[in-house]
Amino acid sequence: MSERASFDIRRMPGFVAIALATFLVLYAPIVTLVIYSFNAGMSVALWEGFSWRWYEAAMHNQQIQDAAVRSVIVASFASVFATVLATMAALGTTRVRPFRGQTTIYALINQPLMVPEIVTGVALLIVFATVKQATGYSGLGYLILAHTAFCIPFAYLPIRARLEGLDRSLETAAADLYATPWRAFRRVTLPLMMPGIVAGAMLAFVISLDDVVITEFVKSAGQDTLPTYMLGQLRRAVTPEINAISTVLLFISVAIVSAFFVLNRKKA
Amino acid sequence: MHAPKPSADASHPAPARTAALNLADEARKREVRASWLLSAPALFVLVTAASGPLLIVLVYSFLAAGDYGGVVWSLSGEGWFKVFLSRDIFDDTVGIADAHLTIFWRSVRLSMLTTLICIALGFPTAWFIATRSRESRNVWLFLITIPFWTNLLIRTFAIMEVIRSEGIVNTVLMTAGVIERPIQMMYTDFAILLGMAYVYLPLMVLPLYAAMERLDFRLIEAAYDLYASRWRVLRRIVVPLVKPGLIAGSILVFIPSLGAYVTPRVLGGGKNMMLGNLIELQFGQGRNWPLGAALSLTLLVIVMVALIFYVRIVQKEAASRE
Repeated sequence: MSERASFDIRRMPGFVAIALATFLVLYAPIVTLVIYSFNAGMSVALWEGFSWRWYEAAMHNQQIQDAAVRSVIVASFASVFATVLATMAALGTTRVRPFRGQTTIYALINQPLMVPEIVTGVALLIVFATVKQATGYSGLGYLILAHTAFCIPFAYLPIRARLEGLDRSLETAAADLYATPWRAFRRVTLPLMMPGIVAGAMLAFVISLDDVVITEFVKSAGQDTLPTYMLGQLRRAVTPEINAISTVLLFISVAIVSAFFVLNRKKA
Repeated sequence: MHAPKPSADASHPAPARTAALNLADEARKREVRASWLLSAPALFVLVTAASGPLLIVLVYSFLAAGDYGGVVWSLSGEGWFKVFLSRDIFDDTVGIADAHLTIFWRSVRLSMLTTLICIALGFPTAWFIATRSRESRNVWLFLITIPFWTNLLIRTFAIMEVIRSEGIVNTVLMTAGVIERPIQMMYTDFAILLGMAYVYLPLMVLPLYAAMERLDFRLIEAAYDLYASRWRVLRRIVVPLVKPGLIAGSILVFIPSLGAYVTPRVLGGGKNMMLGNLIELQFGQGRNWPLGAALSLTLLVIVMVALIFYVRIVQKEAASRE
């Protein structure tokens, strides 16, 4: 009788245990990695005391410095370009009556989300190899172009979502008050779109900063970013130096994504 | 067929009305042109650095391989031929490319197993999150999203630290005296499977959660009132209702698993290759770009088939709801 009274329709036997175990499994390796980046010894399993040793080693490593600078340059340019292009595309494709070709535009914008990275990487390797040979230019431009392309959908989605929720009446009111279209856009539409734009730019930055596969195929010799440098190092002996870089990258991602969540919640 | 012409007197509207219609037409045309102009720069970048190059891959798959990588500009079916078949070096007899088939099979098998593991762990996890109070639900959801946005390489590396010979599991077991020599877990199919399930799990939980959040719990209550067992409720009520989320999650896990490159490279090593690594090999040591191009397109076709399959199911579900 009492059992019937406390009968919970939301309960499924064993589900809570599996869920909690899943969270544990999801976080245990990452947390361990962070903890052992502060280990004084070489081991990733035996704790020998706290130290900043590996962070110092990473900071004084010229290759890591270069790779970090390169990562930030590529991610900054790519996220800014992708956000500007995505904002324009979002303005062009939302809040208009459906027109012929709109599906094609959507398909092209979302294409990087559907094609496996390895296929895009190979395709870009082929094209850029020819261009590099023809022009003699082998700078960071190729990486920035490739990153801009695959960052566009990530920037586009939050901007479009924001724009779809916007009321046209505010812009109409601005026009009624004799604002020029440009002024109405700059003073009314753009500020209202801003949370979406910032969110899109942050996602694009994280996606670019974390990319391994496409960068691995596009980069010229000596153009390692932090993730491709790490991938190269994993082949050899692993030192806790890699843990230290991982931890830094991890915190950057977590910080940006947390900010993204806060921004999105304000909207709601 | 054209739309039927308006009747005789309506085909001679007042001049003012024609002018108004023309004006509306003009405005509409301008709106569409603006849409295209605004989208043009993004489309240009996407066509140059994402879609366009795929066509070049198609062209390259029909060329002959150069001796030191690259291609020779002459038409050849050798690239596609070698995807599934091989020619004996000595007597030119044609056989099936066993090495490639093994890798194809490993890719498909490991991707399916990864999807199953993700369902087994992700379903209860999504259910757990969906049945929390509204406040704590956001916290749990955030905890699932964080790994999703952290670097895939770092997460793979974290798994490697756990299972390698000098890693945590082996060190703990050896210190405790359970084993004498480290268990070899790295560079096995098991390692790849573990790594892929680990990195792609959030992709299963998120769509499942989205489906469960909209679940009408009154239906479940009704089923219990009719003396259904928990297992029966799960199988006959919950699973059918969250099926779209289940399928979406499976597609989201299966597709990147099939094209995985980083995880099998780090955890599988050189021997346990998957399709992504086989493709990379053709552009590195293999020096067979046409074969690499043909393999890439094969992967792309499998992915597209999976996506079309998914869209079909979603459309069918939507149609049956109406």
